[in-house]
Amino acid sequence: MKVAVCVKQIPDPADPGKIDPETKTLVRDTKLILDESDSYGVEMALQLVDGDGEVVLVSMAPNEEVNGLRTALAMGADSAILVSDDALAGSDALGTSKVLAAAIQRIEPDLVLAGTESSDGYTGTVPEMIAELMGLPSVTFAKEIAISGGEVEVKRQTEAGYDEVTCPLPCVLSVTAGVVEPRYPSFKGIMAAKSKPVEKLGIADLGIAADTVGWAGAGQEIVAIEPAPAREAGEVIEDDGEAYQRIVSFLEELKVI
Amino acid sequence: MGTVWVHAEAADGKVASITLELLAEARQLGDAEAVYAGPGVDDIADELGAHGATKVHATGSIGTGLQGPALASAMADAIAGGASPDAILFGTTQDGRDVAARLSVKLDAPVITNIVELVDDGGLVGTEPVFGGTTNVKTRFTGGSPAIFLIRPKSFTAEEVGGGPASVVPLPLPDLGGAGAAKVQNRFAAESEGPRLDEAAVVVSGGRGLGEAEKYHMIEELAAKLGGAAGATRAIVDAGWVPYALQVGQTGKVVKPDVYIACGISGATQHMVGMKGSKNIIAINKDPEAPIFSIADLGVVGDVHKVIPALLEALGSR
Ligand SMILES: Cc1cc2nc3c(=O)[nH]c(=O)nc-3n(C[C@H](O)[C@H](O)[C@H](O)COP(=O)(O)OP(=O)(O)OC[C@H]3O[C@@H](n4cnc5c(N)ncnc54)[C@H](O)[C@@H]3O)c2cc1C
Ligand SMILES: Nc1ncnc2c1ncn2[C@@H]1O[C@H](COP(=O)(O)O)[C@@H](O)[C@H]1O
Repeated sequence: MKVAVCVKQIPDPADPGKIDPETKTLVRDTKLILDESDSYGVEMALQLVDGDGEVVLVSMAPNEEVNGLRTALAMGADSAILVSDDALAGSDALGTSKVLAAAIQRIEPDLVLAGTESSDGYTGTVPEMIAELMGLPSVTFAKEIAISGGEVEVKRQTEAGYDEVTCPLPCVLSVTAGVVEPRYPSFKGIMAAKSKPVEKLGIADLGIAADTVGWAGAGQEIVAIEPAPAREAGEVIEDDGEAYQRIVSFLEELKVI
Repeated sequence: MGTVWVHAEAADGKVASITLELLAEARQLGDAEAVYAGPGVDDIADELGAHGATKVHATGSIGTGLQGPALASAMADAIAGGASPDAILFGTTQDGRDVAARLSVKLDAPVITNIVELVDDGGLVGTEPVFGGTTNVKTRFTGGSPAIFLIRPKSFTAEEVGGGPASVVPLPLPDLGGAGAAKVQNRFAAESEGPRLDEAAVVVSGGRGLGEAEKYHMIEELAAKLGGAAGATRAIVDAGWVPYALQVGQTGKVVKPDVYIACGISGATQHMVGMKGSKNIIAINKDPEAPIFSIADLGVVGDVHKVIPALLEALGSR
């Protein structure tokens, strides 16, 4: 079985960068890392393949960034495809999905995994867009996945609880955080990752025209970036054993009790 | 603005609150019409109409299929056939995202996501809060219509305007081919008591600071005492202490109660976007530097294992 896993490489959330008021893009000057939201997809793929098959990472990132991919390769993925192209700057979810779908198409996987939402973009639409672009069925918000025969059985998180959904392969699944416990790369894994193949592609390799992606293809423009009205901090007290009384009186003031 | 379509979601003959919120906004912007995939449209046409929808475009039952491919195909076909909504509003829900994403591909039109405010400024401009709600980014479409938006729950206030039932307009369901092959075999709903988390006047939420799953009962007790609902952070949902239905935040529920009590919660940006709109916030955390204090009206620097039992006892004698 061949599983493609979409992994986004993002600025370290501990240092999220700033929006440049001139170009209206995020300024990301540090090395990008593997989005934690995608470590679950990588782990899930490794468990589903269980040594009998192939896990291929697919990522679109600026400046031929491979740092996050190396982390996922060190976890055990076999190889990676990286799409990097100046024309991709400013791509929205649809543009990103066109690129990822074209890259995934090349490897003809049995299963495509992605995260339900990325930590820095959180549009939550890329996996379903990839499915539509590839003409595949999909199940989003998977919190449990089992494969039997040519079919996946998924527990799909819903507002109220969960649905049991079945879907034939090939298909696209997006996995929730917490679905599995991502492994830490071992020292051996980290060493091995250095020599695992990373295929680097530009949009021309994928037959994608520059005006359908990036800022040009996004069909939208940012008209303003403004500070949001801040919520003020109020009274802060140290608990001396009696702080509960202040909570009680506050609830009384609010007529909750 | 002409017609604004709203993706309607419903369960057991009751329209979802997110849908009613979107209708209230759509009605301000133009002619509100609902779009619905599923059985029982006649049961919800009254409620949709009362909230301002003049029509509901309905596919009828989609069997065991998922909404994403079915409704997106039906909507795209209707648009190709001459329907011309200027905007389409979806709620940020599982199905809302699926339909919006597939429709975006079918129409080759972008979706603007995570919107909390819409302004018609010769074209719709959507506001998305970023950096934990400290900055607002305003975006507009530069292409043609329809403008597709995914909107966060609780951004608008639902309002009954007393219209008659929405008239049901059939929306033909095309053959979906392989894309529609996923089938729902069973649905499970978690049992819940008391008011709904996203409707309760008081919400008491617990986080990792509770230390262990067994301590979550303090949160439930306090919520019950105050006639409210219990909530949670993703940290303790992922840890398996409580079900996902209790999660508050970016990937969980958005709540705006009169009082939100955060217990042992650090105040990560993804949690705060789900509760920042609360009228009053009380936080209990042992770390005086915890970010949650920056938005709390009353902050108690203390141990949840001491403060909550004392509070429960004080409330118990009332
Ligand atoms: C894409 C994405 C989406 C996310 N969506 C959500 C979401 O929807 N909802 C959500 O909640 N999170 C979400 N998160 C996770 C979020 O970033 C935080 O990790 C999470 O909210 C932290 O939960 P917590 O406050 O319970 O835990 P922690 O951050 O670990 O905080 C625990 C707090 O408890 C305090 N504490 C410890 N012991 C005690 C004690 N005895 N008494 C009092 N206080 C004590 C500590 O000082 C600390 O501040 C998301 C993250 C990502 C990347
Ligand atoms: N640039 C990218 N490269 C690889 N995968 C991506 C990229 N952007 C989004 N994805 C995938 O799509 C998921 C959802 O992302 P988003 O739609 O941005 O919330 C992520 O968790 C990834 O699996």
